[in-house]
Amino acid sequence: MIRLERAGVRFGARWILKDLDLVVNEGTCLAVLGPNGRGKTTLIRTILGMQRLQEGRRTAPTLIGYVPQAGNAPPHYRVLDMVVMGRAKELGVFGAPAAADYAAAKAALAAVGLCAIAERSFSVLSGGERQLVLVARALATGATTIVLDEPSSALDLANQSRLLAIIRNLAENPAYTIVFSTHHPQHALHVADDVLLLMEGCVLRGPADLVMTEKNLRELYGVDVRRIPLPGGGDALVPLLERPPTPNGQPLVQGTTVNGFDNAAAPCRRDEGSP
Amino acid sequence: MRKIGASNDAPAVAHQRNVAGDSQPDSGTVPLVARVSTTRTETLRRLVYAILSVALVAAMLVGICAGQYPIAPDRVLAVLAGWHGETASAAMDERIVTLLRGPRILLVAICGAGLALAGAAMQGVFRNPLAAPELLGVSSGAAFGGAVAILVGYSGAMLVGGAFTAGLLSLATVGSISNIGGRSDTTSVILTGVIVGAFFSALVSAAQLLADPHNSLPAIVFWLMGSFATTTWYKVALGTAPILLGSSLLWLMRFRMNVLSLGDEDARTLGIPVERDRWLIFLATALIVAATVSVAGIIGWVGIVVPHAARMLVGHDHRHLLPASALLGAAYLCVVDTLARSATSTEIPLGVLTAVIGAPFVAALLRKRQRLEETMS
Repeated sequence: MIRLERAGVRFGARWILKDLDLVVNEGTCLAVLGPNGRGKTTLIRTILGMQRLQEGRRTAPTLIGYVPQAGNAPPHYRVLDMVVMGRAKELGVFGAPAAADYAAAKAALAAVGLCAIAERSFSVLSGGERQLVLVARALATGATTIVLDEPSSALDLANQSRLLAIIRNLAENPAYTIVFSTHHPQHALHVADDVLLLMEGCVLRGPADLVMTEKNLRELYGVDVRRIPLPGGGDALVPLLERPPTPNGQPLVQGTTVNGFDNAAAPCRRDEGSP
Repeated sequence: MRKIGASNDAPAVAHQRNVAGDSQPDSGTVPLVARVSTTRTETLRRLVYAILSVALVAAMLVGICAGQYPIAPDRVLAVLAGWHGETASAAMDERIVTLLRGPRILLVAICGAGLALAGAAMQGVFRNPLAAPELLGVSSGAAFGGAVAILVGYSGAMLVGGAFTAGLLSLATVGSISNIGGRSDTTSVILTGVIVGAFFSALVSAAQLLADPHNSLPAIVFWLMGSFATTTWYKVALGTAPILLGSSLLWLMRFRMNVLSLGDEDARTLGIPVERDRWLIFLATALIVAATVSVAGIIGWVGIVVPHAARMLVGHDHRHLLPASALLGAAYLCVVDTLARSATSTEIPLGVLTAVIGAPFVAALLRKRQRLEETMS
């Protein structure tokens, strides 16, 4: 379980987090959403214990599996060796991985479906594969609390789908507690049990289905988002993006669609009354 | 004003670029053993170790044979095997092998291995291919300690002890200055190392200024340029203990070095105490560097050149890089020392030769990397 009590983080005179109470119970998958600069990364770092609190207190497991954004990882090692580094804490300062550690690393790779590339160099992997390798490394730590920092931000649609399925699969296991930050409301709705919206001046926490309303998302991002029921069940969250104004009122790019929906057919409310 | 769909297109474009960049194998850093199928990797790695071991033995043997007074290899082997000759020249050979070249080449090999190990460790910890063991200011500190010892008329154990103590003191100084609030990031360690190194270099100059121009000044200057000319078994014993201790510590931490080379944040999130582990590695490096400087003066570039070459052979994993660096470093310094003794009638200071060979090597390496980056961008 992760617990933050009246947590406050300040950069200079500006409070990024203030009086934040957060409890993530065992077995919960929590998505953190908010615009740039609202404190998503600060919150993730706070949960990990890497951000010192100016106020309040943090209670969290000593071992947390962390999945950073893949761009930061150095590419020199074999995939299996990258994953087995998740065992570092278990092995102690003078330890080197043994057969059991490699078995754990291979099991973690199997969990993300990457057994086939275990022997390849990390440097030849695509961005999506790298991200999945880092998920495997977090699993190899043996931690049951997994924290992911914008895991899907640099991935194409196929890899986003693959990654979300893996997160959802983990979330189905009641032993795992998962926290991830994302810029995609759809991902949060699709995967998370609970969401935390970092609104201006306050946070909104609750079940994804109830909290991810059009009104809340508009307030969060300042952009209209439509929640449209899908035929097969579930909802789609569709941001209605701004259109560039033209002298004759026609869009500059004809036939442009957003997330599969015809943008031109759904005029943006924010455009109303604008010159 | 944004265009329609701009926010949706941007990640996709960034990803494409990322994939295009990622899928290019970095042929400049792909080690020899990784270019073949992975099933043969281990065999090839063992072959590399075997070749390096043979090269080291050969380099040591040639080192004992060659010199101003050449000794035939069979005579050297006979002496090493304990067979005593009866002629005067055989007795002479025996004395040269057992009292002069034997201890010297052994110390050269140990120092070469130690410096290469220390360099590989530093480059891993700092995540910088140009990091060298000298970066911590330890060699300048040890140089100052040694210079002062010579200045006040000490030699032998006192000189070695003075240099060694001053080297470790300079590491302690770097540690106390760079540590703020219980943490010291790599940048502040590098900057502090440079500052402390510069400070002690100035003090070395001051010691030279004060030295007697006929006796102690030439002694200080020659000692600083690096040489194994004055090696005795006593010095071998004095220098070997800290080098073996430091090297053992580095070898034990070979897997930790891999984790540290991921960067501070990543390593910390994997649950390891980054600062403590890094300082353990610095301490091991300081033991090696201070011991080397105290027995042989400043020998630069070995810690940069050798790990680079070893990385090309066995890759970046410190579990393979450390043994390969140690073997290659020992062989390399044996060859350079033999050249220093045999190339001219007077001995060339070792530090001069390692720099003359090392600087162009690293320059060529830099240019190769730059060309590679240009072709990839």
